[in-house]
Amino acid sequence: MTFLKLAATVWLCGALPLWAQDSAVTISPPAAFDGIADDAERSAALFTEMGKVLTSPRCLNCHPVTGGPTQGDDMQPHNPPVVRGDADFGAPGMTCNTCHGPKNVELTTAQGSIPGHEPWSLAPVSMGWVGLSLGEICSQIKDPERNGGKTLEELYEHNAHDGLVGWGWDPGEGRTPAPGTQELFGQLTRAWIDTGAACPA
Amino acid sequence: MTSFRVNGRDHDLDLDPDMPLLWVLRDELRLTGTKFGCGIAQCGACTVMVDGMPRRSCVTPIGQIEGSEVTTIEGMDGSEVKAVQAAWTAIDVPQCGWCQSGQILSATALLQQVPSPSDDDIDNAMAGNICRCATYVRIRQAIHDAARTLEG
Repeated sequence: MTFLKLAATVWLCGALPLWAQDSAVTISPPAAFDGIADDAERSAALFTEMGKVLTSPRCLNCHPVTGGPTQGDDMQPHNPPVVRGDADFGAPGMTCNTCHGPKNVELTTAQGSIPGHEPWSLAPVSMGWVGLSLGEICSQIKDPERNGGKTLEELYEHNAHDGLVGWGWDPGEGRTPAPGTQELFGQLTRAWIDTGAACPA
Repeated sequence: MTSFRVNGRDHDLDLDPDMPLLWVLRDELRLTGTKFGCGIAQCGACTVMVDGMPRRSCVTPIGQIEGSEVTTIEGMDGSEVKAVQAAWTAIDVPQCGWCQSGQILSATALLQQVPSPSDDDIDNAMAGNICRCATYVRIRQAIHDAARTLEG
Protein backbone atom coordinates (compact mmCIF):
# COMPACT_ATOMS: atom_id res chain seq x y z
CA MET A 1 0.00 0.00 0.00
CA THR A 2 2.85 2.35 0.84
CA PHE A 3 4.31 1.93 -2.62
CA LEU A 4 0.97 2.59 -4.23
CA LYS A 5 0.35 5.67 -2.12
CA LEU A 6 3.78 6.93 -3.12
CA ALA A 7 3.11 6.20 -6.77
CA ALA A 8 -0.21 8.00 -6.49
CA THR A 9 1.42 11.03 -4.94
CA VAL A 10 4.10 11.18 -7.62
CA TRP A 11 1.48 10.84 -10.32
CA LEU A 12 -0.69 13.56 -8.91
CA CYS A 13 2.20 15.93 -8.50
CA GLY A 14 3.45 15.17 -11.98
CA ALA A 15 0.15 15.32 -13.78
CA LEU A 16 -1.83 18.07 -12.19
CA PRO A 17 0.30 21.10 -11.35
CA LEU A 18 -2.03 24.06 -11.53
CA TRP A 19 0.87 26.44 -11.67
CA ALA A 20 2.32 24.95 -14.85
CA GLN A 21 0.20 26.98 -17.25
CA ASP A 22 -0.63 30.67 -17.21
CA SER A 23 -4.30 30.50 -16.32
CA ALA A 24 -4.64 34.20 -17.18
CA VAL A 25 -4.44 33.49 -20.94
CA THR A 26 -7.56 34.93 -22.54
CA ILE A 27 -8.86 35.21 -26.07
CA SER A 28 -10.31 38.26 -27.75
CA PRO A 29 -13.62 38.41 -29.63
CA PRO A 30 -13.66 38.80 -33.44
CA ALA A 31 -14.47 42.51 -33.14
CA ALA A 32 -11.01 43.08 -31.67
CA PHE A 33 -9.61 42.42 -35.15
CA ASP A 34 -11.91 44.78 -37.05
CA GLY A 35 -9.11 47.30 -37.34
CA ILE A 36 -7.17 45.05 -39.73
CA ALA A 37 -8.35 46.24 -43.14
CA ASP A 38 -6.96 43.43 -45.27
CA ASP A 39 -9.27 40.36 -45.17
CA ALA A 40 -6.46 37.82 -45.45
CA GLU A 41 -4.43 39.51 -42.74
CA ARG A 42 -7.48 39.74 -40.49
CA SER A 43 -8.31 36.10 -41.16
CA ALA A 44 -4.79 34.98 -40.29
CA ALA A 45 -4.92 37.09 -37.13
CA LEU A 46 -8.22 35.46 -36.16
CA PHE A 47 -6.68 32.03 -36.59
CA THR A 48 -3.70 33.08 -34.50
CA GLU A 49 -6.18 33.98 -31.77
CA MET A 50 -7.85 30.58 -32.18
CA GLY A 51 -4.38 29.12 -31.81
CA LYS A 52 -4.36 30.06 -28.12
CA VAL A 53 -7.04 27.41 -27.71
CA LEU A 54 -5.63 24.92 -30.20
CA THR A 55 -2.24 24.92 -28.49
CA SER A 56 -3.67 24.69 -24.98
CA PRO A 57 -2.74 21.49 -23.14
CA ARG A 58 -6.46 20.67 -23.09
CA CYS A 59 -6.31 20.23 -26.87
CA LEU A 60 -2.71 19.14 -27.36
CA ASN A 61 -2.83 16.27 -24.87
CA CYS A 62 -5.27 14.37 -27.08
CA HIS A 63 -4.04 15.64 -30.47
CA PRO A 64 -0.59 13.99 -30.31
CA VAL A 65 1.52 13.00 -33.28
CA THR A 66 2.98 10.04 -31.40
CA GLY A 67 1.54 6.72 -30.27
CA GLY A 68 -0.30 7.97 -27.22
CA PRO A 69 -1.65 10.91 -25.25
CA THR A 70 -0.05 13.19 -22.71
CA GLN A 71 -1.77 14.52 -19.61
CA GLY A 72 -1.86 17.44 -17.24
CA ASP A 73 -1.07 21.09 -17.75
CA ASP A 74 2.61 20.21 -18.15
CA MET A 75 1.82 17.52 -20.76
CA GLN A 76 3.50 14.62 -19.03
CA PRO A 77 3.37 11.20 -20.69
CA HIS A 78 0.08 9.51 -19.82
CA ASN A 79 0.25 7.43 -16.66
CA PRO A 80 -0.46 4.53 -16.69
CA PRO A 81 1.29 4.07 -20.03
CA VAL A 82 -1.24 3.75 -22.83
CA VAL A 83 -1.03 3.31 -26.58
CA ARG A 84 -3.13 4.83 -29.33
CA GLY A 85 -4.50 1.51 -30.61
CA ASP A 86 -6.12 0.79 -33.98
CA ALA A 87 -9.23 2.83 -33.18
CA ASP A 88 -7.49 5.70 -31.33
CA PHE A 89 -9.10 4.20 -28.23
CA GLY A 90 -6.29 2.33 -26.51
CA ALA A 91 -5.16 -1.28 -26.50
CA PRO A 92 -7.40 -4.35 -26.40
CA GLY A 93 -7.78 -5.07 -22.71
CA MET A 94 -7.11 -1.47 -21.70
CA THR A 95 -9.17 0.90 -23.78
CA CYS A 96 -9.72 4.53 -22.78
CA ASN A 97 -12.98 3.73 -21.02
CA THR A 98 -11.19 1.41 -18.59
CA CYS A 99 -10.62 4.60 -16.59
CA HIS A 100 -12.41 7.45 -18.41
CA GLY A 101 -16.17 7.50 -17.93
CA PRO A 102 -18.86 9.74 -19.41
CA LYS A 103 -18.12 12.61 -16.99
CA ASN A 104 -15.23 13.97 -14.95
CA VAL A 105 -14.95 12.13 -11.65
CA GLU A 106 -13.47 13.76 -8.57
CA LEU A 107 -11.11 11.44 -6.77
CA THR A 108 -12.38 10.14 -3.45
CA THR A 109 -9.06 9.47 -1.77
CA ALA A 110 -6.91 12.27 -3.20
CA GLN A 111 -7.13 15.72 -4.75
CA GLY A 112 -7.79 15.96 -8.46
CA SER A 113 -10.05 14.16 -10.87
CA ILE A 114 -10.19 11.62 -13.65
CA PRO A 115 -11.34 13.39 -16.81
CA GLY A 116 -14.26 11.99 -18.71
CA HIS A 117 -16.74 12.62 -21.50
CA GLU A 118 -18.86 10.53 -23.84
CA PRO A 119 -17.29 9.93 -26.30
CA TRP A 120 -13.66 10.01 -25.14
CA SER A 121 -10.79 9.13 -27.46
CA LEU A 122 -7.64 10.42 -29.09
CA ALA A 123 -7.85 12.50 -32.24
CA PRO A 124 -6.62 10.43 -35.21
CA VAL A 125 -2.93 10.80 -35.96
CA SER A 126 -3.80 12.79 -39.11
CA MET A 127 -5.22 15.41 -36.76
CA GLY A 128 -2.22 15.48 -34.46
CA TRP A 129 -0.60 18.87 -34.19
CA VAL A 130 1.83 18.72 -31.29
CA GLY A 131 5.04 20.45 -32.41
CA LEU A 132 3.52 22.04 -35.53
CA SER A 133 3.55 25.77 -36.21
CA LEU A 134 0.21 27.59 -36.23
CA GLY A 135 0.47 27.87 -40.01
CA GLU A 136 0.94 24.11 -40.29
CA ILE A 137 -1.95 23.45 -37.90
CA CYS A 138 -4.12 25.80 -39.95
CA SER A 139 -3.32 24.03 -43.23
CA GLN A 140 -3.95 20.67 -41.63
CA ILE A 141 -7.20 21.65 -39.97
CA LYS A 142 -8.64 22.86 -43.30
CA ASP A 143 -7.54 19.79 -45.26
CA PRO A 144 -10.40 17.26 -45.63
CA GLU A 145 -7.79 14.57 -46.27
CA ARG A 146 -6.51 15.10 -42.75
CA ASN A 147 -9.43 16.56 -40.79
CA GLY A 148 -11.81 13.63 -41.06
CA GLY A 149 -13.45 14.89 -44.25
CA LYS A 150 -14.84 18.03 -42.66
CA THR A 151 -15.93 21.07 -44.67
CA LEU A 152 -15.24 24.46 -43.16
CA GLU A 153 -18.86 24.61 -41.98
CA GLU A 154 -18.50 21.24 -40.28
CA LEU A 155 -15.28 22.50 -38.73
CA TYR A 156 -17.21 25.48 -37.36
CA GLU A 157 -19.81 23.12 -35.87
CA HIS A 158 -17.03 21.02 -34.34
CA ASN A 159 -15.32 23.99 -32.73
CA ALA A 160 -18.50 25.76 -31.65
CA HIS A 161 -20.68 22.89 -30.43
CA ASP A 162 -18.87 19.53 -30.17
CA GLY A 163 -19.12 18.16 -26.65
CA LEU A 164 -15.59 16.78 -26.44
CA VAL A 165 -14.19 20.10 -27.68
CA GLY A 166 -16.35 21.76 -25.03
CA TRP A 167 -14.81 19.54 -22.36
CA GLY A 168 -11.70 21.72 -22.78
CA TRP A 169 -13.49 24.45 -20.83
CA ASP A 170 -14.84 22.05 -18.20
CA PRO A 171 -11.86 19.77 -17.62
CA GLY A 172 -12.42 18.91 -13.97
CA GLU A 173 -10.50 19.67 -10.82
CA GLY A 174 -6.74 19.92 -11.29
CA ARG A 175 -6.68 21.08 -14.92
CA THR A 176 -6.59 24.63 -16.29
CA PRO A 177 -9.48 25.20 -18.71
CA ALA A 178 -8.72 26.21 -22.29
CA PRO A 179 -8.58 30.01 -22.73
CA GLY A 180 -11.87 31.89 -23.11
CA THR A 181 -15.08 30.00 -23.76
CA GLN A 182 -16.29 27.57 -26.41
CA GLU A 183 -18.79 30.23 -27.51
CA LEU A 184 -15.96 32.68 -28.14
CA PHE A 185 -13.90 29.99 -29.87
CA GLY A 186 -16.88 29.33 -32.12
CA GLN A 187 -17.26 33.05 -32.89
CA LEU A 188 -13.59 33.28 -33.82
CA THR A 189 -13.91 30.21 -36.04
CA ARG A 190 -16.97 31.74 -37.73
CA ALA A 191 -15.12 35.01 -38.35
CA TRP A 192 -12.02 33.19 -39.59
CA ILE A 193 -14.07 31.24 -42.13
CA ASP A 194 -16.04 34.31 -43.20
CA THR A 195 -12.83 36.21 -43.89
CA GLY A 196 -11.48 33.47 -46.16
CA ALA A 197 -9.95 31.01 -43.67
CA ALA A 198 -6.46 32.30 -44.30
CA CYS A 199 -3.52 30.81 -42.46
CA PRO A 200 -0.77 32.62 -40.57
CA ALA A 201 2.69 32.41 -42.08
CA MET B 1 -32.00 4.60 -6.14
CA THR B 2 -29.37 3.12 -8.44
CA SER B 3 -29.99 -0.22 -10.14
CA PHE B 4 -27.49 -2.53 -11.77
CA ARG B 5 -26.62 -6.22 -11.87
CA VAL B 6 -23.63 -7.75 -10.13
CA ASN B 7 -22.61 -11.27 -11.04
CA GLY B 8 -26.04 -11.96 -12.48
CA ARG B 9 -28.01 -10.62 -9.54
CA ASP B 10 -30.10 -7.43 -9.59
CA HIS B 11 -29.39 -4.75 -7.01
CA ASP B 12 -31.44 -1.64 -6.24
CA LEU B 13 -29.24 0.48 -4.01
CA ASP B 14 -30.31 3.55 -2.09
CA LEU B 15 -26.81 5.00 -1.97
CA ASP B 16 -25.09 8.23 -2.98
CA PRO B 17 -24.77 8.00 -6.80
CA ASP B 18 -21.27 9.46 -6.47
CA MET B 19 -20.13 6.50 -4.34
CA PRO B 20 -17.40 4.55 -6.19
CA LEU B 21 -18.42 1.11 -7.36
CA LEU B 22 -15.50 -0.38 -5.44
CA TRP B 23 -16.93 0.89 -2.16
CA VAL B 24 -20.31 -0.66 -3.00
CA LEU B 25 -18.83 -4.01 -3.99
CA ARG B 26 -16.67 -4.37 -0.91
CA ASP B 27 -18.60 -2.58 1.85
CA GLU B 28 -22.22 -3.03 0.80
CA LEU B 29 -22.27 -6.28 -1.18
CA ARG B 30 -19.33 -7.90 0.69
CA LEU B 31 -17.64 -8.95 -2.53
CA THR B 32 -14.10 -8.48 -1.25
CA GLY B 33 -12.25 -10.23 -4.07
CA THR B 34 -11.88 -6.85 -5.78
CA LYS B 35 -9.15 -4.89 -4.01
CA PHE B 36 -8.47 -1.27 -3.14
CA GLY B 37 -4.95 -0.34 -4.22
CA CYS B 38 -4.53 3.37 -4.94
CA GLY B 39 -8.02 4.83 -5.36
CA ILE B 40 -6.97 6.91 -8.38
CA ALA B 41 -7.01 4.43 -11.29
CA GLN B 42 -3.26 3.99 -11.26
CA CYS B 43 -2.77 0.41 -10.10
CA GLY B 44 -5.57 -1.75 -11.53
CA ALA B 45 -6.26 -3.72 -8.34
CA CYS B 46 -9.92 -2.67 -8.43
CA THR B 47 -10.58 -3.85 -12.00
CA VAL B 48 -14.00 -5.37 -12.68
CA MET B 49 -15.97 -5.94 -15.86
CA VAL B 50 -18.73 -3.46 -16.67
CA ASP B 51 -20.83 -4.63 -19.61
CA GLY B 52 -18.02 -6.98 -20.58
CA MET B 53 -15.20 -4.42 -20.57
CA PRO B 54 -12.54 -3.87 -17.90
CA ARG B 55 -13.25 -0.92 -15.66
CA ARG B 56 -11.45 0.60 -12.66
CA SER B 57 -14.15 0.47 -10.01
CA CYS B 58 -12.40 2.98 -7.72
CA VAL B 59 -13.15 5.83 -10.15
CA THR B 60 -16.56 4.64 -11.30
CA PRO B 61 -19.43 6.35 -9.46
CA ILE B 62 -22.39 3.99 -9.34
CA GLY B 63 -24.54 6.73 -10.84
CA GLN B 64 -22.59 6.23 -14.07
CA ILE B 65 -23.40 2.53 -14.39
CA GLU B 66 -27.18 2.57 -14.01
CA GLY B 67 -28.57 -0.53 -15.74
CA SER B 68 -25.13 -2.06 -16.35
CA GLU B 69 -23.94 -5.61 -15.81
CA VAL B 70 -20.99 -5.77 -13.41
CA THR B 71 -18.86 -8.89 -13.10
CA THR B 72 -16.31 -9.23 -10.33
CA ILE B 73 -13.63 -11.87 -9.86
CA GLU B 74 -16.20 -13.91 -7.90
CA GLY B 75 -18.56 -14.03 -10.87
CA MET B 76 -16.13 -14.53 -13.77
CA ASP B 77 -16.87 -17.54 -15.92
CA GLY B 78 -16.01 -18.79 -19.39
CA SER B 79 -13.19 -20.50 -21.22
CA GLU B 80 -10.78 -17.56 -21.10
CA VAL B 81 -10.90 -17.02 -17.35
CA LYS B 82 -10.70 -20.76 -16.72
CA ALA B 83 -7.59 -20.95 -18.90
CA VAL B 84 -6.11 -17.95 -17.11
CA GLN B 85 -6.88 -19.44 -13.70
CA ALA B 86 -5.26 -22.75 -14.67
CA ALA B 87 -2.18 -21.04 -16.07
CA TRP B 88 -1.90 -18.83 -12.98
CA THR B 89 -2.00 -21.88 -10.74
CA ALA B 90 0.37 -23.95 -12.84
CA ILE B 91 3.29 -21.56 -12.54
CA ASP B 92 2.38 -19.94 -9.21
CA VAL B 93 1.93 -16.46 -10.60
CA PRO B 94 0.79 -14.71 -7.41
CA GLN B 95 3.18 -13.76 -4.65
CA CYS B 96 1.33 -11.64 -2.11
CA GLY B 97 -1.77 -11.83 -4.30
CA TRP B 98 -3.22 -8.38 -3.63
CA CYS B 99 -3.28 -7.26 -7.26
CA GLN B 100 -4.16 -10.61 -8.75
CA SER B 101 -7.92 -10.28 -9.14
CA GLY B 102 -7.31 -7.15 -11.21
CA GLN B 103 -4.53 -8.85 -13.17
CA ILE B 104 -6.80 -11.81 -13.96
CA LEU B 105 -9.66 -9.58 -15.08
CA SER B 106 -7.38 -7.64 -17.44
CA ALA B 107 -5.71 -10.80 -18.76
CA THR B 108 -9.10 -12.38 -19.41
CA ALA B 109 -10.34 -9.28 -21.22
CA LEU B 110 -7.23 -9.33 -23.40
CA LEU B 111 -7.69 -13.00 -24.35
CA GLN B 112 -11.37 -12.40 -25.13
CA GLN B 113 -10.30 -9.79 -27.68
CA VAL B 114 -6.91 -11.11 -28.82
CA PRO B 115 -6.80 -14.91 -28.60
CA SER B 116 -3.07 -15.17 -29.37
CA PRO B 117 -1.50 -12.01 -27.97
CA SER B 118 2.08 -10.97 -28.63
CA ASP B 119 4.36 -9.70 -25.88
CA ASP B 120 3.47 -6.15 -26.96
CA ASP B 121 -0.26 -6.93 -26.80
CA ILE B 122 0.21 -8.22 -23.27
CA ASP B 123 2.36 -5.30 -22.18
CA ASN B 124 -0.13 -2.79 -23.57
CA ALA B 125 -3.16 -4.44 -22.01
CA MET B 126 -1.52 -5.02 -18.64
CA ALA B 127 0.34 -1.70 -18.32
CA GLY B 128 -2.30 -0.38 -15.94
CA ASN B 129 -2.05 -3.31 -13.54
CA ILE B 130 0.77 -2.80 -11.09
CA CYS B 131 2.23 -5.71 -9.11
CA ARG B 132 4.27 -4.65 -6.10
CA CYS B 133 5.85 -8.12 -5.99
CA ALA B 134 6.94 -7.61 -9.61
CA THR B 135 5.50 -10.87 -10.90
CA TYR B 136 5.27 -9.37 -14.37
CA VAL B 137 7.40 -12.03 -16.07
CA ARG B 138 5.20 -14.81 -14.70
CA ILE B 139 2.04 -12.89 -15.59
CA ARG B 140 3.18 -12.57 -19.18
CA GLN B 141 4.18 -16.24 -19.32
CA ALA B 142 0.85 -17.34 -17.86
CA ILE B 143 -1.10 -15.30 -20.43
CA HIS B 144 0.88 -16.98 -23.23
CA ASP B 145 0.23 -20.37 -21.61
CA ALA B 146 -3.49 -19.64 -21.30
CA ALA B 147 -3.62 -18.58 -24.96
CA ARG B 148 -2.02 -21.87 -26.01
CA THR B 149 -4.54 -23.79 -23.89
CA LEU B 150 -7.39 -21.97 -25.60
CA GLU B 151 -5.97 -22.80 -29.03
CA GLY B 152 -6.46 -26.44 -28.06
